[in-house]
Amino acid sequence: MKRAMRFLIFYTALFGLWTLLAELKIWPPYLFPTPWGVAEALYAGFQDHSYWIAIRVSMQRVLIGYGISVILGMILGLGVASNKFLEETMGGLLVSLQSLPSICWWPLALLWFGLNQNAILFVVIMGSLLSVTLAMEDGRKQMPKIFGQAGRNLGAKGFKLFWYVLLPASLPFIVSGLKQGWAFAWRSLITAEMLYLSLGLGQVLMMGRDLNDMSSVIAVMFLIIAIGYVVDGVVFKGMERHLQNRWGLTPAP
Amino acid sequence: MSTNAQSVPRAFPLPLDPRFPARSPKHGPVSVDLRNRSQSSPIPKVGLSEICLSYRTQSGERLLALDNINLQVRPGEFVCIVGPSGCGKSTLLHLIAGLHTQTSGQVLIDGKPVQGTGTDRILIFQDHGLFPWLTVGQNVEFGMKMKGVPKVERQERTRHYLQLVHLAKFETSYIHQLSGGMRQRVAIARALATEPDVLLMDEPFAALDAQTRDLLHDELERIWSETGRTIIFVTHNVREAVRLGDRVVLLTFRPGRVKSQFPVDLPRPRSLEDPEVALAARAVLDELRDETNRSLEAEYRNGIKPHIEPGVEA
Repeated sequence: MKRAMRFLIFYTALFGLWTLLAELKIWPPYLFPTPWGVAEALYAGFQDHSYWIAIRVSMQRVLIGYGISVILGMILGLGVASNKFLEETMGGLLVSLQSLPSICWWPLALLWFGLNQNAILFVVIMGSLLSVTLAMEDGRKQMPKIFGQAGRNLGAKGFKLFWYVLLPASLPFIVSGLKQGWAFAWRSLITAEMLYLSLGLGQVLMMGRDLNDMSSVIAVMFLIIAIGYVVDGVVFKGMERHLQNRWGLTPAP
Repeated sequence: MSTNAQSVPRAFPLPLDPRFPARSPKHGPVSVDLRNRSQSSPIPKVGLSEICLSYRTQSGERLLALDNINLQVRPGEFVCIVGPSGCGKSTLLHLIAGLHTQTSGQVLIDGKPVQGTGTDRILIFQDHGLFPWLTVGQNVEFGMKMKGVPKVERQERTRHYLQLVHLAKFETSYIHQLSGGMRQRVAIARALATEPDVLLMDEPFAALDAQTRDLLHDELERIWSETGRTIIFVTHNVREAVRLGDRVVLLTFRPGRVKSQFPVDLPRPRSLEDPEVALAARAVLDELRDETNRSLEAEYRNGIKPHIEPGVEA
């Protein structure tokens, strides 16, 4: 109750401040829109289906890109974690590569794939692959050894050992890395879309700028935040809770 | 090391305690400790032949963990291995299970050398090693699934083995919902379900409270006599070893060698409180004490960890 009150007070104040600043008309409305201007833009965007299309296109891309990252990252991470040579050589490279913003791959992607969807996917993959790889590597190391031993002992080998034992055993240790990978994938996607006419949310955002329509820019920003938040709060929180229940871990306070 | 071998009596006269009548008349006066008695069966179920294991410590030293271990286990025999911390008794089980490889020597099953893991030898861990993401039933099914046993048969066998350990009602529970004793019983059911010839048990009851352990001793003894499996059971608890085993094998402290063997010809079922068990345990304990002292001395002097971490091999 108290928490809800604080929540309400904070957002009412924020909303009030925004309205006040907009109403004072210090800046012209096309630079600093009112809350209802943004609400109207949102409504109009959904009404003419342009936002629906943008969301669908963006979600499709991020799911494909992130999916590839997860699969590749798990294989890579497992390889690095279980091979001393790879760990010594590639381990450091992976960490240093992580400091490179994924959009730096954009020029290369353009040259390699041309100005198309694949270039965007490449940037998304490069954005999230590293965090998934590092998470998997870390998870594989943190995972109690006994699971792998028990699995081998009971006759699991090769892919079966990975699929039925190592992967489920490491999930609680990699779920936060998977979450981080998702956040990177989502950001990389929007950035790449902003650089290239592409139907996605990033492009709708840039269109708002080109038309001097700050209301729709902010409306799309809200959409981007909302989708990121929902995936994080519903998909990953749900996954964490599920794992905690299964493993009998006490949920983090 | 063998200096005190003479000081240990060769056989124990049993005190005639009216509270504990002899349960099996054919055993007559029970005698213990026919040390290093030769085995009658020509082909042992498990044969360890000149097993050596050395590994490199973090400081680069080469450490001999197991030194020339020779051991034969008859089919259906219940052998207990005792020794101080750091004698490599758990490591030995891991070698038999194929989870690690010895530096030299051979592990033989039915006279044939083994390589790697195999479902003919299943290891039961002290920390049970059950999979928390699977239900009790799925855990028991796991080994059969890896083997490719058809689903219907798998479910049948799962139910059978869960009944054997009295956990049929918990088939759909998850591991964290069970008590420590129940978890170990699931681990036993999971191991048995793959129908191994040899059960390797690595201090499986060490983390349990005394009452639970007593019950599990009874259950294990019953399961062993019902299924006729060969069991190699590692423990640091001598009483437990004597209560369960047909034979107790004592390993020395680092490097692990077979110091002596004690056949336990006591009638079954036994109990930890049986005076015969206590008496037989005394003989083993007397010899074990030297090794434990060496283990502790090494620990105090060098501050070294008494436990050998297998896996890092030189």
